[in-house]
Amino acid sequence: MNQSTFKILENRNLAEKVFFMRLEGDTSTVTAPGQFVNIRIDGLYLRRPISVCDKDEKTIAIIYKTVGKGTLAMSLMQEGDELDILTGLGNGYDLSKAGERPVLLGGGAGVPPMFFLTKELIKLGKEVTVILGFNTESEVFFEEEFNQLGTETIVTTVDGSYGRKGFVTDALADMGYSFYYACGPEPMLRSVYKTGTTDGQLSFERRMGCGFGACMGCTCKTITGYKRICKEGPVMNREEIIWED
Amino acid sequence: MGRLSVNLCGTELDNPVIPASGTFGYGYEFNEYYDINMLGTFSFKGTTREARFGNETPRIAEAASGMLNAVGLQNPGVEKVISRELPKLKECFHKPVMANVSGFSVDEYVEVCSMLDSEDQVGWLEVNISCPNVHGGGMSFGTDARAAAEVTAAVKRVTTKPVIMKLTPNVTDITEIAKACEASGADGISLINTVLAMRIDIGKRKPLLANVTGGLSGPAIFPLAVRMVYQVARAVDIPVVGMGGITSAEDVIEMMMAGATAVEIGAANLTEPYICRNIIEELPDVMDRYHIAEIKDIIGGAL
Repeated sequence: MNQSTFKILENRNLAEKVFFMRLEGDTSTVTAPGQFVNIRIDGLYLRRPISVCDKDEKTIAIIYKTVGKGTLAMSLMQEGDELDILTGLGNGYDLSKAGERPVLLGGGAGVPPMFFLTKELIKLGKEVTVILGFNTESEVFFEEEFNQLGTETIVTTVDGSYGRKGFVTDALADMGYSFYYACGPEPMLRSVYKTGTTDGQLSFERRMGCGFGACMGCTCKTITGYKRICKEGPVMNREEIIWED
Repeated sequence: MGRLSVNLCGTELDNPVIPASGTFGYGYEFNEYYDINMLGTFSFKGTTREARFGNETPRIAEAASGMLNAVGLQNPGVEKVISRELPKLKECFHKPVMANVSGFSVDEYVEVCSMLDSEDQVGWLEVNISCPNVHGGGMSFGTDARAAAEVTAAVKRVTTKPVIMKLTPNVTDITEIAKACEASGADGISLINTVLAMRIDIGKRKPLLANVTGGLSGPAIFPLAVRMVYQVARAVDIPVVGMGGITSAEDVIEMMMAGATAVEIGAANLTEPYICRNIIEELPDVMDRYHIAEIKDIIGGAL
C-alpha cells in the first residue's frame, strides 16, 4: 500500500453513467490486475474503492459508474485536479493459473479490471478470449479497446440490444478454455461459478471501511477461513468460495 | 523522557498517541506501513474467549464527518491471540501493548483477562464494557453502574496489570459508571466507545447495516467525546484515556486539556492509515505554537 497524490489527466463519459479517468502519480505499488485503489473525496468520510483498469509507469486508469455521492463527485472533477489515493490494495488475479487459453468475464462495473488482466496475459503469450456483459446497448463500453489488444471479444446484452443476447454465461457455455477469471455483480459470479467447467478466480465487491485490512468491515467466510475482501481478496479461488443466501 | 512522554497507570509512554482497538488489528499488520514502535502503544483488536465471525455484512456505512460500524467483535479468540497473534507482534513491537478484552458474561471477562495477564507484553488490560454491536454482552455491562462495578472487581481479582475500563457514551450519566468502576478498583477509564446510530437506504427502504444499528465514530463525535472526557476527568481521580473523533495534533491537545492522560485514535486510522505517525510528528510544532513545553503539563488544563 502507498498513499500519494495523483493528478487527473483525463475524466470523460464512456457510456450511460460510466466514466473513464486517467491519473498521473506513483504507480509502483500497483502490481497485479484485479487490485484496487481507494480514493479520498472532499466532503465524504470514507474513501471510495475502485478497481484498476490499466496501468503504466506513470499513470493508472479507472472506470467508475456513478451510483452515489462519491462517484457523482468524481464525475464532476476536472483535468488537473489532484486526488489523495491509496494504491496497491487487494491481492489481484494470479496470472500463473491461466493455462494457454484463459477466458475473462466482466459484467458491467466488473469489466475494467479485465482490461488490465487481458494486457498482462497477452504479454505472457496467452490466447485470451474476453466476454463482456451489459444490461443494454447504452451501457456498453470498451469493446473497441479490448479489440485493439488483439483479443477475441464477445459482447452480450441482457435485452439483446447489442451483441449477443443473454448473459456472459450463455457465451461461456459454448466454448472451451483452460481457466476463467471473472468480475461482476454477485448474481453473475454465482452463475459463472455454476457454468464454468474449469478452475477459476472470481473477484468480489463489498462495502468497505478502510480498504487495507484494518477494520474487518468486509469479512466473508471461505473454505479456508475468514477472509477480508479488501486484503486477502477481492479475488478468490473458485474452490474456496462459500455462497451465502 | 521526551517532551511528549506521559505516564499511564505507572508505565511511561513515549507519547500519548494510541491507535484504538478495532482499527489496528494486532498491530504487526501495520508495521509494513510504518514503524509501529513510534507509537505510545496501541490497543489490540477486542478479544473474546471464543473465536467470533462478527456480524453479517454490510458492516460499514458512511455518515457526515464519520462512519458507522457494526463489525461485532470479529476476532480469533483469546487462545489464538496468545498462540498466534502476540508472537508475531513481539517480533516487531518492543513496547507494552494494551490488551482489549470483551465478553458476554462476567466469567468470560475474568477468563480472558486472566489468560492475558500471563502475557509479558501486555502492559494494560482495557476492558470493553461498551461494544454497541453485540447482543447480550459488551455495552449492557457499561450502561449499568452495578454491572460495570461487578466486571471491574472480578477482573481486578485475577490480574496485577493495570485495568482500564472502556466506557460507552450511550448512557444518561457517564460519571456514575466511571465512579462505580473507580470504586471497584479500576486503574483507569477510557472513553468514549462509539455512539449508537443507524442509517437507512432510502432506495431500498431498509437499514444500511445488516445489524440494523451500528456505532458512530469519526470527527462527528469529537465534541461529544471532549464533553464526556471532561465530565469523567472531574469525577474520578484515576487516569482517563480520551478518544472519539480525534484527527489532528490540535485535537490531541484539546482532549488532553479536557482531562485525558493519553488519547486513542480510532476511525481516523481507517481513512488515513498514517494518521498516528503524522500526529506524533506534528505534535512538537503544534506544542510550540501554543507554548506547551511538555505535553504532560496540559493534562486537565481546562478543568
